Amino acid sequence: MSHPQAATEFLKDQAKAKWHDETLWFVRDKRDRISKTIPEWEDLRNLASQIKENVLSKLDVYLEEFEQKALQNGIQVHWAANAEEHNQIVLSILQKQQCTAIVKSKSILTEECHLNPYLEKYGIEVVDTDLGERIVQFLNQPPSHIVLPAIHLKKGEISELFHEKLHTEKGNEDPAYLTHAARLHLREKFLKAKVAITGVNFAVAETGEFVVCTNEGNADMGVHLADVHIACMGIEKIIPRRKDLGVFLRLLARSATGQPVTNYNSHFRSPAKGKEIHIILVDNGRTAQLAREKFRNSLKCIRCGACMNTCPIYRRSGGFSYGSTVPGPIGSILSPGLDMKKYSTLPFASTLCGSCSDVCPVKINIHEQLYEWRQEITKTHGELGKGLSMKLANGIFKSPLAYKISGNLMRTALKTLPKSLIYHPINSWGKGRNLPETPQESFKDWYQKNRK
Amino acid sequence: MSSRASILNSIKAITLEEKALPELPSFGISEEIETAFRKSIEGNKGEVLSELEFLNWLSESEWAKIYSAVSAYSSVSTIGLPDDPHELEDLNLAILEGQFGVAENGAIWLDDRQLPHRAIPFITEHLVIVLRKSRLFPTLHQAYEKIGDEHSGFGLFIAGPSKTADIEQSLVIGAHGAKSLRVVLVG
Repeated sequence: MSHPQAATEFLKDQAKAKWHDETLWFVRDKRDRISKTIPEWEDLRNLASQIKENVLSKLDVYLEEFEQKALQNGIQVHWAANAEEHNQIVLSILQKQQCTAIVKSKSILTEECHLNPYLEKYGIEVVDTDLGERIVQFLNQPPSHIVLPAIHLKKGEISELFHEKLHTEKGNEDPAYLTHAARLHLREKFLKAKVAITGVNFAVAETGEFVVCTNEGNADMGVHLADVHIACMGIEKIIPRRKDLGVFLRLLARSATGQPVTNYNSHFRSPAKGKEIHIILVDNGRTAQLAREKFRNSLKCIRCGACMNTCPIYRRSGGFSYGSTVPGPIGSILSPGLDMKKYSTLPFASTLCGSCSDVCPVKINIHEQLYEWRQEITKTHGELGKGLSMKLANGIFKSPLAYKISGNLMRTALKTLPKSLIYHPINSWGKGRNLPETPQESFKDWYQKNRK
Repeated sequence: MSSRASILNSIKAITLEEKALPELPSFGISEEIETAFRKSIEGNKGEVLSELEFLNWLSESEWAKIYSAVSAYSSVSTIGLPDDPHELEDLNLAILEGQFGVAENGAIWLDDRQLPHRAIPFITEHLVIVLRKSRLFPTLHQAYEKIGDEHSGFGLFIAGPSKTADIEQSLVIGAHGAKSLRVVLVG
């Protein structure tokens, strides 16, 4: 389904769409306010950008350094060229442990690799433990936002869902009550799990450690009670030095939700006695993106979601309208690199207003890359773009007579056609748009009259 | 060819001009450091107590299971440390020592030396961290300078109680981990 088609679905419930828009704008506003309390905010963004650019310019060196240090620390390191290999590695670790139920904290990478359905095929129960992720997992949905996975749902829907799945009181929509029910349900899972999976926010080359940030504490509840911790990371998550974490942790939560730092920021360097830590370094299209000069620095992303919260299209079309693991502006420059045809409408799901680039904590030129992808897509898949109308326009512009006639026709038509032709449900173009006032005469007529 | 080799080779095959790694300045804060720290903890929905306030609170509470890893308060422990952290499932209160705190965001650093089990600050229902006033830094930059080359298998910044806003962005305290955080600032 193309982005406009999927967005139309989302917009059917207008009250909910309005709530979605306003709620994300509220998060964006919180980000603005907290960023203004840090006088060196722009310096931090510049530093973060420069650190990431350095990383991308010698990623191989840092990956080897990280691997060497991690091995010294007693971490087991695996490499996966693609999603399938990543999933196989996870499965083989679970099989070795004879493990049939795991807990998993938020990891966009495992979503990207479709790990859950893969493991379920082998009879392994996967429990997502982030509250928002557990909610969407109950619904068999992917997250609609990378930081706020269930932002597309209202509490009434969650209340009904929990009534069915967790036997909460019917009609009780109190978020505190519902969260408490999830706490009890997930505690049971935490206490039983032998293996826990987490994502990785940052991996430090100089120390071989990695950092996982949460507010709920679900990642830590999982890994510290399990015997085996599997951490899955994209190869671009490397940073050079421990002190670089100071820059990134100052930016991450402030950009994401407008809070000064996430409540739990865990640094894993070596396993506790008698336990195991595995880390899987995943490529899955990242080296290909690194080779694309114009799109290379999309790999600087630290997954804060600020570009989604600010985007006028994302706020009004919802995460599912993108059909990609990472939605929103950043997803629209990452996804075409994975499958240009499938994601061909995403770079067009933007007003190119540049707000995404303005809020990005690592200064990715997102809106410029959206524009660049449009050029690439039009070159490769011209027929996917504005094919028909362009052909029509081409015919009109070729013939001076046709141009003159069509101009007169349009001026008359705009004045006389009934509004219902534009403002009807089938013509999505008419939504939120007004027709221009039509001039009395064409520029050509005006020019001829006034030159005399 | 292994995936390791193929990934590294495909990176090496790309011509990339090396970009310089910037030196990091040590940014500070303008506010008085303890005031800023208190505000940050409160903003994160935690509480800051004096030692006296803490002892009063403790004497009024009737927790069944208390474990203190702080030697000054070892007498208030009602249980010993089990070998298996799963047995701490119904722990009501844990008292831990923080190494240092960060004023700009309330983050407090603990590592394996303060954590007899890594699960303790998460599995406990309520958490108290005891911290010396003299061990406060303005920002995370100074904090990481302090951590420097220290080697601990696990270390973490805790900045507040477990929280979530995943249901309609309504803030709820006590998602999976501790339902409250009290920081005792001692002289």
